[in-house]
Amino acid sequence: MRILNASGCLDALAAPEVAAQLDAFVTKTVTPLPREGSAPPRIAETAHGMLNAIGLANPGRERFLAEHLPKLSLLGVPIWVSVGGFTAADYAETCSALDRSEAAVIELNLSCPNVDEAADSAAEIVAACRSATELPLYAKLSAAHPDIAEVARAVAAAGADGLSLVNTLRAVALDRRLRPVLARGSGGLSGPALKPVALYAVSVCHEATSLPIVGMGGIESGRDALEFVACGARDVALGTVLFADPGAPVRVRAELAAACTEAGVASADDARGLAKSPETEAKVSA
Amino acid sequence: MQRLGSPSRHRVTGSERIGPYTLLRLERGGLDPGVPGQFFLLQAPGRLLPRPFSLCLAPPGELAFLVDPIGPGTQALCELRAGEEIGVLGPLGHGYRLDVPRPLLVGGGIGIAPLPYLAEQLGGSPPVVLGFRSAEYAEAAVLLPGAEIVVDPVLVTELIDPDRDVLACGPEPMLHALAELCPTAQLAWEARMACGYGACYGCVVEIDGALKRLCLEGPVLDAARVRVPAEAVA
Repeated sequence: MRILNASGCLDALAAPEVAAQLDAFVTKTVTPLPREGSAPPRIAETAHGMLNAIGLANPGRERFLAEHLPKLSLLGVPIWVSVGGFTAADYAETCSALDRSEAAVIELNLSCPNVDEAADSAAEIVAACRSATELPLYAKLSAAHPDIAEVARAVAAAGADGLSLVNTLRAVALDRRLRPVLARGSGGLSGPALKPVALYAVSVCHEATSLPIVGMGGIESGRDALEFVACGARDVALGTVLFADPGAPVRVRAELAAACTEAGVASADDARGLAKSPETEAKVSA
Repeated sequence: MQRLGSPSRHRVTGSERIGPYTLLRLERGGLDPGVPGQFFLLQAPGRLLPRPFSLCLAPPGELAFLVDPIGPGTQALCELRAGEEIGVLGPLGHGYRLDVPRPLLVGGGIGIAPLPYLAEQLGGSPPVVLGFRSAEYAEAAVLLPGAEIVVDPVLVTELIDPDRDVLACGPEPMLHALAELCPTAQLAWEARMACGYGACYGCVVEIDGALKRLCLEGPVLDAARVRVPAEAVA
């Protein structure tokens, strides 16, 4: 089980000592053109979670490739580049440009604003990227889809090499005067409030495909990470917890052994897929 | 800057009310008090995200923070009692430059928080001007003996000698007015912040004409770097 960061939850150039604790660093989503992002306020704390509406702030593909990626590659950690866009061609062009770069893996952010999240659209993007690069492609999906397993099967058929589960969920928080806290109105919900939703998504996608899964959504402890593995994740990513604890990757890894002992498994990898639901058992026996 | 890792745990040594605010004292442990105007992240009991505070006082062996209970996180911090422990990370960000020949410290409301430590580090009892919304809030001026105090509707800007090197912290309208009055002022800004080290991109402010992260660029910025909105000038 490797520990990554969730895309958009760490700037490895601003905090290299945090990135160095990870088994791979996932960049903030890169779009074809530079984006300044949303106006502030961009974040709001909620019960057991937080909302963010950063708005995919990033330097754009050209500057990312020329200035950021070469510096990131010096960190000594494999670099996963998160790619976003508004059309399948946007994604494919960035993948093609990354094909000859220092990137180890491409994560396709298929939960961007203005991107249709229907199963065929996600698959269409993956298919376009598949023909643009030989790098491993991880499809990052949102649990907002009514049948995430169907999306997982579709992206697997289109050539994805893995799944990143899950992205944040659209949500809103109100201030004292009953207006949205975030300038953009809505934002993405992350943190412990998202964990049960994410565990379910990992579980059903693990059952639906044989793709390796990076599980994420509210992981705060070694025990949380182990639960994602038990639902079928091969690796895990830390997001919101990094904001409160920049030492979280080291801490979570250290807590894992005790969590395994308590759960009665020899190692995290031995726990993979243990959490079969009665639903699944019923399907299997039927 | 502190090397980034898990926050260290610090015992509360005391908590005292000063007007509507609470001065929270913590054991210093191995933390560096840093440069005045830098900030620390304090873990608020029961909350997911820490809260950023500039250091108010650095008594021997302690770090003291002035907390205004404006929401659930700050309220939880105000309710801490001696002996309880919280996580602390810092110092983070950029503080005030202290190499100024004629300093004048200006604070508004809870913005007085970094000034006692700033005055101590500057030495030589620099002049201080403080503005508060009411007499109750003005009780906090006890932290800066000898300060000139104004209470709403009188504004601190009415007492400013623009030839002085202004070092200020306070509400945005006050900072905007000071930026107009003293273009060389050093101003400490505030923003909603999740991480304090550039990870969350939440705390952006328009700096040098673009949205930039206040935690990395500031929180203390030269007045000319932040655009003053037209409505603030009028």
